[in-house]
Amino acid sequence: MDVFKADVAIVGAGGAGLRAAIAVAEADPSLTVALISKVYPMRSHTVAAEGGSAGVVQANDSLQHHFDDTVTGGDWLCEQDTVDYFVAHCAEEMVQLEHWGCPWSRKDDGHVDIRAFGGMKIERTWFAADKTGFHMLHTLFQTSIKYPSIKRFDEHFCCDLIVDDGRCHGVLAIEIGTGEFRLIQAKAVIIATGGAGRVFRQNTNGGIVTGDGMALAYRYGVPLRDMEFIQYHPTCLPGSGLLITEACRGEGGIMVNKDGHRYLQDYGLGPADPWPRKKAMELGPRDRLCQAFWHEEQNGRTIATAQGQAVHLDLRHLGKEKLHQRLPQICEMAEAFLGVDPVYAPIPVRPAVHYTMGGILVDTKTASPLPGLYAAGECSSIGIHGANRLGSNSLAELCVFGKVAGSEAARFARSIAAANSTTIERQADAARQRAMNVVSRSKGSERISVLRNEMALSMERGCGIYRTGRDMQDTCDKIDELKLRYRDVEVGDKSSVWNTEWLLAIELGYLLDVAQAIVYSALNRKESRGAHQRLDGFDQRDDANYLKHSLAHYVDAGPPRIDYGPVAITRSQPGTRAYGAAGEQAERDRKRAGAAHE
Amino acid sequence: MNETHKVIAIEVLRYRPELDEKPFFQTYQVPFTEEMSVLQGLLYIKDELDGTLSFRWSCRMAICGSCGAMIDGVPMLGCHTFLRDYYPNKVRVEPLAHFPIERDLVVGADDFIGKLERIKPYIVPKEPRTLAEGEYLQTPAQLERILQFSSCINCMLCYAACPQYGLDPAFIGPGVLALLHRYNADSRDAARADRMQLVNAEEGVWSCTAVGYCSEVCPKGVDPANAVNQNKTASAADYFLHWLPKGSGK
Ligand SMILES: Cc1cc2nc3c(=O)[nH]c(=O)nc-3n(C[C@H](O)[C@H](O)[C@H](O)COP(=O)(O)OP(=O)(O)OC[C@H]3O[C@@H](n4cnc5c(N)ncnc54)[C@H](O)[C@@H]3O)c2cc1C
Ligand code: SF4
Ligand code: FES
Repeated sequence: MDVFKADVAIVGAGGAGLRAAIAVAEADPSLTVALISKVYPMRSHTVAAEGGSAGVVQANDSLQHHFDDTVTGGDWLCEQDTVDYFVAHCAEEMVQLEHWGCPWSRKDDGHVDIRAFGGMKIERTWFAADKTGFHMLHTLFQTSIKYPSIKRFDEHFCCDLIVDDGRCHGVLAIEIGTGEFRLIQAKAVIIATGGAGRVFRQNTNGGIVTGDGMALAYRYGVPLRDMEFIQYHPTCLPGSGLLITEACRGEGGIMVNKDGHRYLQDYGLGPADPWPRKKAMELGPRDRLCQAFWHEEQNGRTIATAQGQAVHLDLRHLGKEKLHQRLPQICEMAEAFLGVDPVYAPIPVRPAVHYTMGGILVDTKTASPLPGLYAAGECSSIGIHGANRLGSNSLAELCVFGKVAGSEAARFARSIAAANSTTIERQADAARQRAMNVVSRSKGSERISVLRNEMALSMERGCGIYRTGRDMQDTCDKIDELKLRYRDVEVGDKSSVWNTEWLLAIELGYLLDVAQAIVYSALNRKESRGAHQRLDGFDQRDDANYLKHSLAHYVDAGPPRIDYGPVAITRSQPGTRAYGAAGEQAERDRKRAGAAHE
Repeated sequence: MNETHKVIAIEVLRYRPELDEKPFFQTYQVPFTEEMSVLQGLLYIKDELDGTLSFRWSCRMAICGSCGAMIDGVPMLGCHTFLRDYYPNKVRVEPLAHFPIERDLVVGADDFIGKLERIKPYIVPKEPRTLAEGEYLQTPAQLERILQFSSCINCMLCYAACPQYGLDPAFIGPGVLALLHRYNADSRDAARADRMQLVNAEEGVWSCTAVGYCSEVCPKGVDPANAVNQNKTASAADYFLHWLPKGSGK
């Protein structure tokens, strides 16, 4: 087997992986970085992010405000010390990207422009037209080319971790173009493989977003934290789930039901005027908007389309010029995928799965409990999103914690000697055999696509916007069944070159493990918080019993074991999550209480 | 799928180097709905009819640049081309022209990526600046000069469209020249002189015979032909500068 020896191996070359690679290279150019990705870096799903990335810059804004929005938005399930570190480093990372060439949108005076975003009280979202993730990703990729110590393994599929004696020593990858195995030995490994939206049916994610890194870490005993918190995005195209950016609402778009009524005012997000207004109505947090849709649908006030129920996102009043200048990609998408020109007609939209708040458990410095293993980006749970992520906090997270992961992994790699190669190669051989078994098994009886569709449908039912114990139990049973059937999965393609059917089968294994962690974590949380909302008698937040993180532990051949860990609360005690007029009142009350103390 | 769906014939070029002596066409009957893209048609084939068909894809929204193919002979993104526009005729899908076929619709992208890496696609700062000093100022007009050329999704459609690249693979080619121009035109950058050496070299802009088909097929309005042209002018100016007496012109 071909062996490559690196100091730091990074699995994933999206925003988080690239930022980490650059951080290693800058921390110590003598360290060799292996950057592994199953697609060319600029194909990573960071490319699809449209809206923008958070960072406090305005004079009337403060780190405290960003902290408050994040912790409140997360329904107090955030690690508050980590949020402090995060908000303090966002703007610096955005400036860093600017120095590297990111074409941020500008004000007339040449300074970077910022926009409003859902759940953020004050404008602090940096944007590059409506292609922010695209520009961030290409800027990071192109900048990474500057560093000779970064050795890329493009189109290499990571199929296992190498773990020995309680430490992670590298990864095993398949070169997709040849089917050859490559052992990438490393003193430290960073997982940056992104989210797992493909566990669900209607989602905004790319085909590659299959939770690979989460499943890999999980199988080696690293808990997955807060997996029940799945963010639905309120404005997606029915059927495909393709995203219509929140920036549409930031620019002043409105949402109406079949009667043309701005229904959000009926769900505690109003009053409708003055408008537009931050943290209210259309700019309320995503979970609230999705929940409102659910109720409208139940009450027959949504609009029937060929692809299911929808409401209207109306941008017409913004006018052609503004639409073409500020939201060009949305205009193009609506035209291509729906034949709708937003200048003249509203866009039908509905909620779809968008983001996994939970992920690989890591500490404030991105280290997982498995020595030598780090994680950053959407695959990780560092604790800044809590029970509900705020839009534009994720792109910022990639940079802030991608950098931390890079410097921490570099420090760790320098502090230890490389492990004994023979034991590692033996491990790698065993891992190779396991991956080969998926394809060389004589004849399976289960089709990949059938298992995947059954999983996605069942997850949508059990882990939707509103949940009940019965539906979640059904989904638990379904996923258990699918995991058994997966043992008989059929891979008809036996060739080596670009055998994507084989990779799909391995990915399906990852998806099922992640799905199981999600639904069992959900079933066990007997309260409603953030994106986890129950209808079966647990419809309130229960701080006495559930102000804690869920931890899903992998169990061989059985459902996961779920237990709980503490939440770091430093200075924001749980309060009411209120938006719109109620939110403003709550904030006045909080301030008054604070003033009385001083 | 129920019987009310229309069915379109998708004819795909197949080639599996371990099994097939040479490429051949295989036709699949695919039921489709109005909003289904060619990519969704291929995904249907992969899931329901033939798991051995290989192709690249991810975002489904014309931004990751993975899914380029020749669709009825024209370089297009599969996810942004719709089956409704071909029905009732069949639609033919082949790998991007001018690139080596690795398997089925997958072509080798090493040459393109290698070229991209060669042009210093990053800012070499004019005046270094610390993070504490904040951002470089850039007016909307200065931004406008680079924005279009920085919108390239590296889909390589323009290479499949470029007759010159077909003849001479050494030609840097439209997409990468557009990216090169993006950095040269950036108000923050100082490496123009270095990059112009590549532009002026034989495989640089002068290889281009101004066909302009690259800009026509570009799904992102990058207009690489325009970038190449601007650099021809710049390259010619550099050339004449060369003949001026020493000390003048700089
Ligand atoms: C449509 C959309 C719009 C969004 N808009 C915003 C926004 O406006 N603001 C915001 O803050 N956030 C936004 N988000 C969220 C944000 O974009 C993502 O959370 C973030 O980009 C994830 O980045 P990442 O680096 O963690 O992972 P990704 O960019 O997904 O990269 C994952 C990497 O891992 C690699 N990989 C995965 N598995 C393997 C394997 N087995 N072997 C080898 N490599 C592997 C992939 O090839 C890829 O390189 C949006 C998300 C979506 C889907
Ligand atoms: S210039 Fe256009 S066609 Fe060429 S690679 Fe870039 S986006 Fe694709
Ligand atoms: S799938 Fe991403 S460009 Fe077509």
